[in-house]
Amino acid sequence: MSTDVLPPPPTTALSAAPGSAVRRVRQDPAWVRRTLIGLAGLVLGLLVVVPVAHVFYVALQDGLGGYWKHLTADPDTRHSILLTLTVVPIALGANIAFGLAAAWAIARFRFPGRAILTAFIDLPFSVSPVVAGLMFVLIFGLQGYLGPFLRRDGYALMPYAIAALALFVATIVYLLLRPASPRFRTGLWRYPGLTFVVGGAALFFGLVWLQQALEIWPRGQSLKIIFALPGLVLATAFVTFPFVARELIPVMEAIGPDEELAAISLGASGWQMFRQVTLPNIKWGLAYGIILCNARAMGEFGAVYVVSGHIAGQTDTMPLRIEKLFQEYNLPGSFAVASVLTLLAIFTLIAKTKLERQLPVAGRTGEGDGSTNQRS
Amino acid sequence: MSIQVQNVSKRFGGFVALDDVSLEVPDGSLLSLLGPSGSGKTTLLRIIAGLEVADQGRILHGTEDITDHAACDRQVGFVFQHYALFRHMTVAENVGYGLRVRGRPKSRIAERVRELLALVRLEGLDDRYPSQLSGGQRQRVALARALAAEPRVLLLDEPFGALDANVRHELREWLRRLHEEIHVTSIFVTHDQEEAFEVADRVVVMNNARIEQVGTPDEVYDQPASPFVYHFLGKVNKFAGRIVRGRFRVGATELALPSGTQLPEASVATAYVRPHEVKLQSDQPGSAGLGAVVRHVNSAGPVVHVSLERSDDGSPFLALLTKEECRGLTLRPSSLVYAFLKNARIFPEEAG
Repeated sequence: MSTDVLPPPPTTALSAAPGSAVRRVRQDPAWVRRTLIGLAGLVLGLLVVVPVAHVFYVALQDGLGGYWKHLTADPDTRHSILLTLTVVPIALGANIAFGLAAAWAIARFRFPGRAILTAFIDLPFSVSPVVAGLMFVLIFGLQGYLGPFLRRDGYALMPYAIAALALFVATIVYLLLRPASPRFRTGLWRYPGLTFVVGGAALFFGLVWLQQALEIWPRGQSLKIIFALPGLVLATAFVTFPFVARELIPVMEAIGPDEELAAISLGASGWQMFRQVTLPNIKWGLAYGIILCNARAMGEFGAVYVVSGHIAGQTDTMPLRIEKLFQEYNLPGSFAVASVLTLLAIFTLIAKTKLERQLPVAGRTGEGDGSTNQRS
Repeated sequence: MSIQVQNVSKRFGGFVALDDVSLEVPDGSLLSLLGPSGSGKTTLLRIIAGLEVADQGRILHGTEDITDHAACDRQVGFVFQHYALFRHMTVAENVGYGLRVRGRPKSRIAERVRELLALVRLEGLDDRYPSQLSGGQRQRVALARALAAEPRVLLLDEPFGALDANVRHELREWLRRLHEEIHVTSIFVTHDQEEAFEVADRVVVMNNARIEQVGTPDEVYDQPASPFVYHFLGKVNKFAGRIVRGRFRVGATELALPSGTQLPEASVATAYVRPHEVKLQSDQPGSAGLGAVVRHVNSAGPVVHVSLERSDDGSPFLALLTKEECRGLTLRPSSLVYAFLKNARIFPEEAG
């Protein structure tokens, strides 16, 4: 086709002639969009909706009455639910305290080793839960470093453990309640070091005396950590500990220290500042972290599997019980317990979506697998 | 309440933020800490507020040593550049916070909040949240909040830095009037010399972790104590020269040394002259002027800016003349004129 028959070339530079580098702006054709959306829907349906629906379908096969019976009739199943409800709150409480402290330290202070601490917080995410469980077996297990001692005379540790915990709590209480002004720091407030040393020593020897004289913690008896509740708590807490800190650090960094400094300069004590300024600002982030942490703790399988020893009616948590029922071909029972965890997952998902709107940081990604509880 | 800062030093790692700084702020004064960023002015303010701890030195309120007092016990009001209002509290709750943490009764707090909102002219906004206010309103709330607990000292950290130009001007004037009304000893940090001159009755010029000069705006502008102060506050011409027989020699011109200037004979020195203190003449009557060639003339506005070049070594300088002074002068590019330097201050060598 010769150029003569073409209409006169457009005058504006924007609508460039075909073949040049500039392309016309346009929308993707309808079939592209529909195919992509359809594909996404198909994958989601196959991988998520159908399996979840199937869990409820199998669980409810024997009707509501049968469902309730599967959940409550078997004492081992009952115990597994109770055990999960014991382990998770303890691990959650420890992780809230740890997460708040770590987030505060990282978001508010610059200190040597800060980058390393930040990296270590994420460590449990990158370590396989099975490895995490093995780690505790290696330390506390019979063939481990502390195992033989714990087995021989485990309760001898109690005075040390309690005194250390008490000192830790006392330090926090001291920092929170200490009068802000040096003028009001009279009496014992003036000598924190001395108070701590004398108080700690008195407590320790008091505990030792209790042990010796009253035999509160019998000697020569083994303290079980692995294949017992403490091991379950340790493993669960280890695997879930990044959640709270990871949620809080960006929230606290986005908010910045100015409001807290303002509160301090207006005369607020440390505790008042935390309660009245910090906590209201971070509450949604904290709630988000707690919900994710809780979901993951309830569903934890790998690490708990290794440290629990699967003693039915003693150390089986819900996910372990599901697996055991499944292996025993008790499908309705297994799926009934699974449906409880699935319900928790659905609740978590809804709460998470609602909370995300309240957070000051835009464009966050849902880390981890807070809503997928079935790992068996 | 007067404030004394005695020999305060502060380091952040290897960075020296304050190097043996001493300062006295008289009771009821409005003082401005002026300096480029990184000069230590904000650090000094935060140390006075107790938000930062000095490595060395003492801080006194009146005669009371408050060096070891925590921030919450110093009774200072602190205003932040980005307001730092509590976002989850209403305006009234924000303003009343300082009283609430001191456990004052509710009715007393409400009364004081009403008083302060009237003072900062924000009546009727009690129930708004900070996010519903404009920048200027937020900063006034922050000010009311800082004043609520009747602080002995008011400290403002670049209080107008985050506001746009119009609001900034308005608030400066307003702060000035507010200070005349309540007379609380105030220190504010700024890097804007115009702001410092407009608001403060005393200006402290800081550079490189040290105080360069303290004085009224006039003193600091007219008698700068160092080359830095000259450079930092407005434009300045530099004339390199040498001390000859107790006088400063630049080109063919000699200037008398200002009284109090002690410079060794034959040392290299630099004369600093403000552009408006350069006088131009077309001829040379008796005393030696500095021969210069006009490069460019800009007569827009109330003053005439004349860019010149010295005839002897070609170095450029600037003169500011009134329209009056220009009459009788032929100021065309490449015409020859003679410059006379008034009120020159001479400093040894070049310091930067």
